[in-house]
Amino acid sequence: MEPFISHTGTAAPLRRSNVDTDQIIPAEYLKRITRDGFEDGLFSAWRKDPDFVLNRPEYQGVSVLVAGPDFGTGSSREHAVWALQNYGFAVVLSSRFADIFRGNSGKGGLLTAQVDQDVIEQLWTLIEADPSLEVTVDLEARTVIAGDLTADFEVDDYVRWRLMEGLDDIGITLQHADAITEFESSRPAFKPVTQ
Amino acid sequence: MGRTLAEKVWQDHIVRSAEGEPDLLYIDLHLVHEVTSPQAFDGLRAAGRPVRRPDLTLATEDHNIPTIDVDKPIADPVSRAQVEALRKNCADFGVPLYSLGNVEQGIVHVVGPQLGLTQPGMTIVCGDSHTSTHGAFGALAFGIGTSEVEHVMATQTLPLKPFKTMAINVDGELPDGVSAKDIILAVIAEIGTGGGQGYVLEYRGSAIRGLSMEGRMTICNMSIEAGARAGMIAPDQTTFDYVEGREHAPKGAEWDAAVAYWKTLFTDDDATFDAEVTIDAASLSPFVTWGTNPGQGLPLSANVPSPEDAKNDVDRVAIERALEYMDLTPGTPLRDVAIDTVFIGSCTNGRIEDLRVAADILKDRKVKDGMRLMIVPGSARVRLQAESEGLHEIFIAAGGEWRGAGCSMCLGMNPDKLTPGERSASTSNRNFEGRQGPGGRTHLVSPAVAAATAVTGHLASPADLA
Repeated sequence: MEPFISHTGTAAPLRRSNVDTDQIIPAEYLKRITRDGFEDGLFSAWRKDPDFVLNRPEYQGVSVLVAGPDFGTGSSREHAVWALQNYGFAVVLSSRFADIFRGNSGKGGLLTAQVDQDVIEQLWTLIEADPSLEVTVDLEARTVIAGDLTADFEVDDYVRWRLMEGLDDIGITLQHADAITEFESSRPAFKPVTQ
Repeated sequence: MGRTLAEKVWQDHIVRSAEGEPDLLYIDLHLVHEVTSPQAFDGLRAAGRPVRRPDLTLATEDHNIPTIDVDKPIADPVSRAQVEALRKNCADFGVPLYSLGNVEQGIVHVVGPQLGLTQPGMTIVCGDSHTSTHGAFGALAFGIGTSEVEHVMATQTLPLKPFKTMAINVDGELPDGVSAKDIILAVIAEIGTGGGQGYVLEYRGSAIRGLSMEGRMTICNMSIEAGARAGMIAPDQTTFDYVEGREHAPKGAEWDAAVAYWKTLFTDDDATFDAEVTIDAASLSPFVTWGTNPGQGLPLSANVPSPEDAKNDVDRVAIERALEYMDLTPGTPLRDVAIDTVFIGSCTNGRIEDLRVAADILKDRKVKDGMRLMIVPGSARVRLQAESEGLHEIFIAAGGEWRGAGCSMCLGMNPDKLTPGERSASTSNRNFEGRQGPGGRTHLVSPAVAAATAVTGHLASPADLA
């Protein structure tokens, strides 16, 4: 994974709450067995509407998504993270993320930066006034900067460290293979096996 | 200080704990299906890693399969390729798989408990958010993404930060005709789709204790719809009786050792929860959703809400959008909402007791003219059990479609879908926009409300039937 230190790009305001992972990418698109090419499924139902924010000419090439509360609820599909990344998003900002979505994002290198809803509202206003406004999300400093606005965001310390180092979780865990083997030797005999 | 049930199970699975790092937790059972696993298997291949414990891993085919003509090749080539990828991956990595046509095939969250693989005090994961179902046994069970699926395959562990705990107390006696589904829909309406975020919910109280294992599974299943990672219920005699004798249940002296351990799995009297919610069971009635998230629910006796009822601007916009998508007018009695299709099934309500409730209502009655009723058992075993009780004959005589096991119309991924604008009453778990098919409109209901609705043609409870 590429280390993530800071990201600067234009942003799209998504004025919706409870954006569930079925909206981010419907199940129909989950039949594929690859990790890429999911950009066509991103918000596919909403993108049929020519007025949808990502269809508007002023929001082409965006890489920061500014969303309402409870983003990423529902299904555990990591395809939702891949679809956002495949489309070109590097950061999602919201006042509250669903747990599994947030975990998946951290694994895949998509930054989910949590800010207060009033910061989201200010960002929406700023971006809509000037869609070419560049938004900087600085993971090292944990700040989001847009025009005159500077706000702190919340991100888990461990996730931040992993993202900044670009580390692979499995590699980290396998450094403790001996501890896993030792734990296995003490598991109760009554625990079931599948074969 | 005392510990909660969730804390006990968590602490019994810590492989490694270090300051400033997540705990490394051992995973007792990893359930796998075709949709969220192919990229994980490919990751293992690319890194040259084996599945560490195929004997603690079990795969089944459920999401992306048809529920009719199951003896024929899958018609959609993309779906077929995904199912074939699972078969190849399981063969290559030595993972046991119950394929379409096998008597043990079914929805992953129905299969685990029915085989006796789901037991109290275990850690159980699956690349599916409804893994919370297994918490009904006092297991710590939660959904994971594909990167974590690969991580569990490679290491049989997951690095996790401890969850907070929330008690959901449901005390009192449930009125007649009110089921586990109504309890959980009421809970989600109360705390909201984000209310459980960061928490493991523990369902407690006399109304929960009085539920069967299947009812408890329905409740824990939908914990994720309140945003929670997991839901749990402390194991008791009901739990032990359900597990005993099943294929993978402990036998003999191991059974005794297991039960002795399981009896320690409860929240201590002096333990504290990070949050508590209390619901009076006696105040509950059949519950239905009117909107596009599972928190947008009301008693069946209520009217469609108005954006003016909103607590804040974000809520108001959400209600407006939901009413527009659902094509509903504020003030309309929910009982007047006409339904096109009734779906009875899913990991929420596709078990034998659910089918018995539906059959009891549909016996000697007919599905309303022009309506469609689909009954999809949660597993091939549930289907066989229902047929041995003659339930399928009741469904077919009423005019319903009796199908094979799978996720079916719960998620709009396989051939069972709503058409644009079509409205369903569904015993499944999600009423998101397009969840059951693009443009489809979903009302979440209990099996009893689903069956009564199939008879009347509009949202109804059994009490509404003459």
